[in-house]
Amino acid sequence: MPEHEAAGSPGTPTHAVRDFLRRRREQIAQRWADEPLFRTVFTVSRDEAVEAGKVVVDALAQVADAQRVEDPDAAGFTGVREQLARMGAARSRAGLSTTQVSSELAALLPPVDNLLVADLEGETPERLRECTTTLSVLLGTLRLVAMQTALSEVQALIDRQRLQLLEVATPVIKLWDGIVAVPLIGTLDSARSQGVMETLLNAVVDQHARFAILDITGVPTVDSLVAQHLMKTVAAARLMGAECVVSGIRPAIAQTIVHLGLDLGTVKTRASLADALGYCLHELGANIVNVTPDGAGHR
Amino acid sequence: MHTAAGVEARLPIRSDMDLVWVRQHVRQAAALLGFGLVDQTKLVTAASELARNTLVHGGGGRMEAAHVTTTGGIDGLRLTFSDSGPGIVDLDRALSDGYTSGGGLGMGLGGARRLVHDFAVDSAPGSGTTVRVTSWVSRPPRPREGV
Ligand SMILES: Nc1ncnc2c1ncn2[C@@H]1O[C@H](COP(=O)(O)OP(=O)(O)OP(=O)(O)O)[C@@H](O)[C@H]1O
Ligand SMILES: [Mg+2]
Repeated sequence: MPEHEAAGSPGTPTHAVRDFLRRRREQIAQRWADEPLFRTVFTVSRDEAVEAGKVVVDALAQVADAQRVEDPDAAGFTGVREQLARMGAARSRAGLSTTQVSSELAALLPPVDNLLVADLEGETPERLRECTTTLSVLLGTLRLVAMQTALSEVQALIDRQRLQLLEVATPVIKLWDGIVAVPLIGTLDSARSQGVMETLLNAVVDQHARFAILDITGVPTVDSLVAQHLMKTVAAARLMGAECVVSGIRPAIAQTIVHLGLDLGTVKTRASLADALGYCLHELGANIVNVTPDGAGHR
Repeated sequence: MHTAAGVEARLPIRSDMDLVWVRQHVRQAAALLGFGLVDQTKLVTAASELARNTLVHGGGGRMEAAHVTTTGGIDGLRLTFSDSGPGIVDLDRALSDGYTSGGGLGMGLGGARRLVHDFAVDSAPGSGTTVRVTSWVSRPPRPREGV
């Protein structure tokens, strides 16, 4: 709505601030676009930052309109909560501490405050003070909303990371004298693959294993890096005198590996963990007897 | 029709952890669009290769995912990986199997090309790299933009 009330707008300071926000929407968003918080998050184009700024200005005007400048739960904030969270999260990911993110949010006040003061030229000092106080309370509340949301984001991130850490613990299972198995589950990034390799090699030494089975049933993606890690592990185990068998390559993954062009030719593979164990036992010369229901055992 | 929600995304690629989100997002988006398990796996694997290149060779960047449709109404998933790193000097060589400028298997780029229907690289020394791949839920409408 094209409002153009003169500086001496009537009504409460809150309403004066609301009208100011609506009137100066574009300018405020423009100034914010130059602040680190917007500038570094919306890197694709400045327009994007300006648009994002406008959304925040609108939210503030709505909160002021409802006379809820001190209330972080004011309905007006609902629409920007997610955006603020994303911005805060992006800044944390860029390595900023919570305090730094908080001060970037605080830095949003001065440019708006300057505009307000300029707009209220000619008003009584008391009116001016009331209005600037209202504005800083309102932006203080915005900061609170952003920090609340950022903190809950951080919590969610920690929870997810904890889950992934759980995956990192790789048990080595002794299946038989001389046969160990490692069921790999989850993402095999570099750090984790290194851990897997060390755990496995240690187990090979400790348990005098002649065979090590790497079961990848639980690995969702086998790309060139994962394949490389598998091959390195196999090669290292071989140097320690153990033969590796990779099991649990699911059909979709097998097709993908072929398209990707990976050559696992040097790696012994078996469809399932059971098949791999069967192979190892056979190689060890253990006599496996499969007991059938009629009681007659045969190989 | 599918909604853009759950498919469209712009994800940062700045750490190993981000690669996890990239893979998860691509798997979810591909499933939403109706890709079968094998094609989902291919897309996720291609995304994993390209995102890692963005991170390792490009010094970080981002992935954008978009739902595209042909005039014939076929759904596709388009993934765009971009960085402002050193760029690829010799694209043919970079695409050839086994070429790596550092410690890899050198299978990522060429492998990713084989895992998707459309594959386009835009790169120049010093001005970053953008790799855009698209796969279609059913038969790919060929020919499209080349390398
Ligand atoms: N985004 C990029 N920016 C700059 N150079 C790149 C980029 N992507 C690929 N390259 C170059 O292309 C080469 C081949 O890439 P490719 O992914 O095939 O192999 P790699 O990453 O070296 O090894 P890996 O098999 O583990 O992926 C890289 O070694 C690198 O020199
Ligand atoms: Mg690569």
